[in-house]
Amino acid sequence: MNMPIVDVVKGSGVPVRGNDIDTDRIIPARFLKCVTFEGLGENAFADDIKGLELQGKVHPFQNPVYRKGTILVSNQNFGCGSSREHAPQALKRWGIRAIIAESYSEIFFGNCVALGIPCYKVSHAVADKILAWIEANPSGELSTSTSAKTLKMGGESIELTLADSPRGQFLDGSWHARAALMANAVKVDSIAAKLPYMQFLK
Amino acid sequence: MGKNLYQKVFESHTVAKLASGQSQLFIGLHLCHEVTSPQAFAMLREEGIKVKFPERTFATVDHIIPTTLPDRSRPLKDAISEEMFLHIEKNTRDFGVRFFGPDTGEQGVIHIVGPEEGVTQPGMTIACGDSHTATHGAFGAIAFGIGTSQVADVLATQTLAMSPLKTRRILFTGKLKPGVYSKDVSLAYIAKLGVNGGVGYAYEFAGPVVDAMDMEGRMTLCNMAIEGGARVGYCNPDQKTFDFLKGKPFAPKADRWNEAVAYWKSVASDPDAKFDDEIIIDCDHLEPMVTWGITPAQALQINENMPKISKFEGSEQKVIAEAYEYMGWQEGGKMLGTPIDIAFVGSCTNGRLSDLQEAAKIIKGHKVADSVKMWVVPGSMKIKIEAEALGLDKIFKEAGAEWREAGCSLCLAMNPDKLKGREVSASSSNRNFKGRQGSPTGRTILMSPAMVVAAAIEGKVTDVRKYVKE
Ligand code: SF4
Repeated sequence: MNMPIVDVVKGSGVPVRGNDIDTDRIIPARFLKCVTFEGLGENAFADDIKGLELQGKVHPFQNPVYRKGTILVSNQNFGCGSSREHAPQALKRWGIRAIIAESYSEIFFGNCVALGIPCYKVSHAVADKILAWIEANPSGELSTSTSAKTLKMGGESIELTLADSPRGQFLDGSWHARAALMANAVKVDSIAAKLPYMQFLK
Repeated sequence: MGKNLYQKVFESHTVAKLASGQSQLFIGLHLCHEVTSPQAFAMLREEGIKVKFPERTFATVDHIIPTTLPDRSRPLKDAISEEMFLHIEKNTRDFGVRFFGPDTGEQGVIHIVGPEEGVTQPGMTIACGDSHTATHGAFGAIAFGIGTSQVADVLATQTLAMSPLKTRRILFTGKLKPGVYSKDVSLAYIAKLGVNGGVGYAYEFAGPVVDAMDMEGRMTLCNMAIEGGARVGYCNPDQKTFDFLKGKPFAPKADRWNEAVAYWKSVASDPDAKFDDEIIIDCDHLEPMVTWGITPAQALQINENMPKISKFEGSEQKVIAEAYEYMGWQEGGKMLGTPIDIAFVGSCTNGRLSDLQEAAKIIKGHKVADSVKMWVVPGSMKIKIEAEALGLDKIFKEAGAEWREAGCSLCLAMNPDKLKGREVSASSSNRNFKGRQGSPTGRTILMSPAMVVAAAIEGKVTDVRKYVKE
């Protein structure tokens, strides 16, 4: 298996302001009734979009100025709630390739790593600054780098936080976990042989 | 220095250190349901990979399955639900995995089926493509939810790439008063620590309150761990754990029983085990809890007032304001007396036999208010049969509640069971997120099943203690 490396992501931003945006909002449960992940992208944030529409407002995922965006920016605890991988899948299929937020739910973060989507952390002030910049420059180009841990934004370079472990995985291709796991099949058998309960469940 | 259960089990299941710095962890038990597994099986097919240990994976159908008998006849009316059903049947058949379908009489919510089949055992690592997998931690297992790609990893390799979590012991001291349950304990500590309080931690639930709980109560407690941000929550195995497992279909048989118990005892946290953190929650004064907002942490004791928005700062203030806006309550008011439309007893949090027994005890001799529709949804087909043998179905039906077939039902409303419009639901489930129960504007108030019943009787949120006979 040849593993693609995830480093630089270029493109415009999508500002999704708010704390605790949970996976039920990213992709409402009724759209999970699929046996493949195809078609999830067009339903990302469906309920939030509808809710705002009723108030005469436009959600960034529906706003044509952000439609080409690849870098999603949000606030605290992004992706909390259900463990469903459908949420990052929906974002990925919509076109998102990297996320910047103040913090993430752990399962969501892990699901993103598995899909090759880096989730960078920034402080509250920096998140607000990036959000404001994108809102002022909807088609302005941003560029994130896993190796440099930076965001380039309008001639400025902003430091991003990404833990060493996921960063290493993006850079050596091991974010695609299965290949690495399959390589150790023999060791798996020897651990299994040592676990007493392997004999109980018969 | 002693070790805690999490450390012992993580260590004995570590296969290798990966280049990523993560550990490769052997998974002792893998559970599947129809929503998060089809894509994983599809990946295996695409790559021509077999399931490595098919006898260590068990599957059922719970999320999409309707809860009335006519609606359960095949093909299901909803085409996509039927497709998912067909996929889990075909996938388990093709890959040699045991499937607890409705025709086996053993179907149910996966987190209820595991323990009642006895496949959930102490000292195991347990994974499932579902965030409430920590439920199985009640048995002293390290159980956690995984994403669909990881489901494929487990199927293909019986392992996962993981980093060890930090450990926090939450000591619940004191004694629960009548009318106060494990669900209230969960909501109370989550309200205190917040929805993110447990991120990065495995929780050990301990102390006299946990020791006194039956296995059902411990499952409720561990089930809710993820709502407080902790991916793993567990209780140390004890005599109650062993008694629960004895005689279950997949539990060790007589010839291996002593050996099994010896292993199970050995994984419990050592008396001098160290934790990265410890928190003490006193339960002597705990009252029944209800949520008022749109996260499980937005919860309060039944007689408390809802918080004033001005008491919070910055971004938190926005979250509180958003909750008020969505729920439509008067700021600073009481939840006590809030009218409800739907009462739901069920889910992997509170759909077990003891939950139904407690609910039946309270509703007996009362009627569901005219303005309320009440559903009782047993967590599994086996529970339904046991409950019917005890006559619980009659008690519920006489009171005017609907007695349903087993499944997730209104917990997340992927089947036909849904709220309509702005309906308010008193629910024994685990999530009160916006739109969770099937209507984008529907409202959920989480509480214990006993509190749900009390609310159903009065047509409004009330204090169950007046119905509880000591
Ligand atoms: S009952 Fe609810 S929380 Fe439990 S598995 Fe089903 S949908 Fe998930």
